[in-house]
Amino acid sequence: MLRYSLKRLVQGVITVWFIATATFIAMHSVPGNPLANEKAVTAEIRANLEAKYGLDKPPFEQYLIYMGNLARGDFGISFTQQNREVNDIIREHFPVSATLGILAIVFAGLGGVLWGALTALYRNRLPDIVIMFLVILGISVPSFVVAAISQLSIVNLNALFDMSLLPVAGWGTIWHMLVPSLVLGLGTMAYLTRLMRSSMLEIVNADFVRTAKSKGLPATRIFTNHQLRNAILPVITVLGPSIAAITTGGFVVEFVFAIPGLGRYFVQAVQQLDYTVIMGTTVFYGAFLVFMVIVVDLLYGLVDPRVRLE
Amino acid sequence: MNPVTDTSGTAVAQDSFSKSAGRQLLIYALMSIAGVGLLMVALSWASSLTGASAGSQVAVDPKLNMITLTLAEEPPQLNSTLQTDTVSGMVIGHLMEGLLRYDHNNDLAPGVARRWENTGTTATFWLRKDALWSDGVPVTAHDFVFAWRTVVDPANASEYAFILFPVQNAEEINNGDMPLEALGVTAIDDYTLKVQLARPTAYFDKLMAFSTYYPIREDFYNQTNGRYGADADELLYNGPFVLSRWVHGANLRMEKNLNYWDADRIRLDVIEFPYITSDQNALVNLFTDKKIAYTTLGAESLETALEKRWHLNRFMDGSVFYIEFNFRSHRLTHNYHLRKAMQLAIDPAELVYKVTKIPGYLPAESIFPVWLRGVDNFFREEYPAPKVTVDIEAAKRHLAIAKRELGITEIPPLVLLTGDNPISNIQSEYYQGAFKKHLGIDIKIDKQIFKQRLAKMTSGEFDMVLAGWGPDYDDPLTFGDLFASWNLNNRGRYNNPELDRQVHIAQTEIDPRTRMEAFAEIQRIIIEDVVVLLSYERGVVYVTDPRLKGVVRRQAGADPDFTNAYIVDIAN
Repeated sequence: MLRYSLKRLVQGVITVWFIATATFIAMHSVPGNPLANEKAVTAEIRANLEAKYGLDKPPFEQYLIYMGNLARGDFGISFTQQNREVNDIIREHFPVSATLGILAIVFAGLGGVLWGALTALYRNRLPDIVIMFLVILGISVPSFVVAAISQLSIVNLNALFDMSLLPVAGWGTIWHMLVPSLVLGLGTMAYLTRLMRSSMLEIVNADFVRTAKSKGLPATRIFTNHQLRNAILPVITVLGPSIAAITTGGFVVEFVFAIPGLGRYFVQAVQQLDYTVIMGTTVFYGAFLVFMVIVVDLLYGLVDPRVRLE
Repeated sequence: MNPVTDTSGTAVAQDSFSKSAGRQLLIYALMSIAGVGLLMVALSWASSLTGASAGSQVAVDPKLNMITLTLAEEPPQLNSTLQTDTVSGMVIGHLMEGLLRYDHNNDLAPGVARRWENTGTTATFWLRKDALWSDGVPVTAHDFVFAWRTVVDPANASEYAFILFPVQNAEEINNGDMPLEALGVTAIDDYTLKVQLARPTAYFDKLMAFSTYYPIREDFYNQTNGRYGADADELLYNGPFVLSRWVHGANLRMEKNLNYWDADRIRLDVIEFPYITSDQNALVNLFTDKKIAYTTLGAESLETALEKRWHLNRFMDGSVFYIEFNFRSHRLTHNYHLRKAMQLAIDPAELVYKVTKIPGYLPAESIFPVWLRGVDNFFREEYPAPKVTVDIEAAKRHLAIAKRELGITEIPPLVLLTGDNPISNIQSEYYQGAFKKHLGIDIKIDKQIFKQRLAKMTSGEFDMVLAGWGPDYDDPLTFGDLFASWNLNNRGRYNNPELDRQVHIAQTEIDPRTRMEAFAEIQRIIIEDVVVLLSYERGVVYVTDPRLKGVVRRQAGADPDFTNAYIVDIAN
């Protein structure tokens, strides 16, 4: 177990290094000057700006300097927000995105398992049909539409009761978290519901379930220990990539609900060609996802004793 | 026969299984909800530790004398020497004050200076003694000397250093040819500031309201270790408000500056900015929900606004948009008759009224927008622009001459470089259609995102480019020198000695009439020589809460301006 974890960790570091290098090359290949602005500046000011950000050096030297700083955990200073360190941006905004992401994952995971189990129990009956219809909607409607519609619904709801039931946008209290995280987790929840349903149906007539039934075990125990626990495995498998989708896909939700998360910086940096922020957020997200995938794999071993980690 | 008894038996067993399993599932669901609730409480507690705040809950609060607004983006920069964008400009305009300022009628009014004089070669400002920094220390002439030296310091790399170039030696210092101390500004004493001008500058007093000219106190600046303006407590204020909270990317709070010399004029106590977003839906929803007191409306929101019977305000934001030609000699657009043919084939009025259809927009008839002032009245009333009317026949004649001069039978596709936004898309498609229909010229639209478009504009990889210009200061020169051969923003490299001569007159003459006549000449040349194809002057539609009055909009300077705003309590 320990050896396996270490091995995965070393592989993870190599992956992150590869991500950083690939991003660095891609970023520098994109045409356009990161320091250019709507108004042209004189050659002298341009030179001073480039010197300030180290862009006057040849690309390979820039790469070595960057990697050196990265190894020390220093992401540099943002190009567009000239007084802010990328480390500060990540430190201040990632917790917000993470909060949103954790809630969304929890909503998606719990919701997916519960709805999936429910539809499997009531297969081809009314609850199944209704939920599966909603699931199709949830998977196919993009999150920016869901976000806009749910925000409009909040406005109408508040207007209906003539009081502030839920906040329209912003961040800071429990109520600010509720709707955005539901919206963010919705697509994944729908996907997991389908997965859980088919996985439940597969084992509903499995030998061990029939054996358990014929042994006369109580229904609740068969359901929990034999059905749920086995059916949940595929769900956990896809949870890893889902975390990736949710944490990096939060941009739209953060934008619509004016949430001060990291996703906004991630996307804006690319548009603005803000080199240090692009590198900082990409490497950070990359490392985060690699780490999460390892955690999920380890978790898999705990849930399913048949899986041996070596 | 069906084995009836068998199936019913299984069904009963199955049914009782689902019933108890369903009950179990319900228990799990309830446990999940409780768990999620606990998790949310824990997360909100954790996030309150990081300083995020919910901010205010109402658009207008008459009791606290507070209004709530949004910002389109996080201010990238609150250091007045480095600021370039309009969001930061708006925020800084509420926090700081220059020697002069614009009042509620957009007239120049005394700021830190109570009296001033511009003789053409020198300008003198007499500072008021009751102007204080937010820590109670008086604002002195030395603070201006320090700030201006910082702006032109090449090491500071300010992108707006050029706006100080009317000051003697500013350009040389900025190029690194002279020491900072050579800057033509001196503090005669604590309350007298004398400026040597590099050339007679008629509009120098108007520049004093511009944020790059704002004061900075040296001792405070030095103690911030290069982080001046990075946080609320890394900034010293001398304007109507102070920044009492700045959670990056999340919210800002301005409170009335009790040390401000004209504090009696300021009627709001608090301005909250709890939302940072430019999403139109979010803005409209927040305004509908009475969470914000003011918002601009995009074209897509106008229908909603009309449905809700909001009172719409219109405002020209001061910028003018046009197509710039590439005058580099290897480009076909170098040819006058080709440009003339294109000018005669398009109609800005059609573009504005039939294609874009956004209220508040005006068809552009001159590079000088309508709001600029001339000698006694609006410049465009005193010096109307030469009229261009659509004339397809004449356009075709010019096209024939162009082909002959260029020695080609067919005009190859021309590249139109544009940005990637809805209005640019509509516009470029309109031009593409019009040129094809009337002249048979194919237009290749080259759509690029911001930095890539800039790169191509700078290197000249275009025949035509959709461009626009917003004013830096309230004088026609802010538009007038755009196509001077030395101007770096002249991306098409237009070069006309006569236009350069007129720009020079406008820059150095003091007499208003002489200057305005030079601008009239520039206006004529730009239209007659078809330096650009004029598109539109941009308008803005905005709504304010009925209880909020006194919001001032302006073309040059901090906009919108809430420093004169106040709340009327409508009893309902």
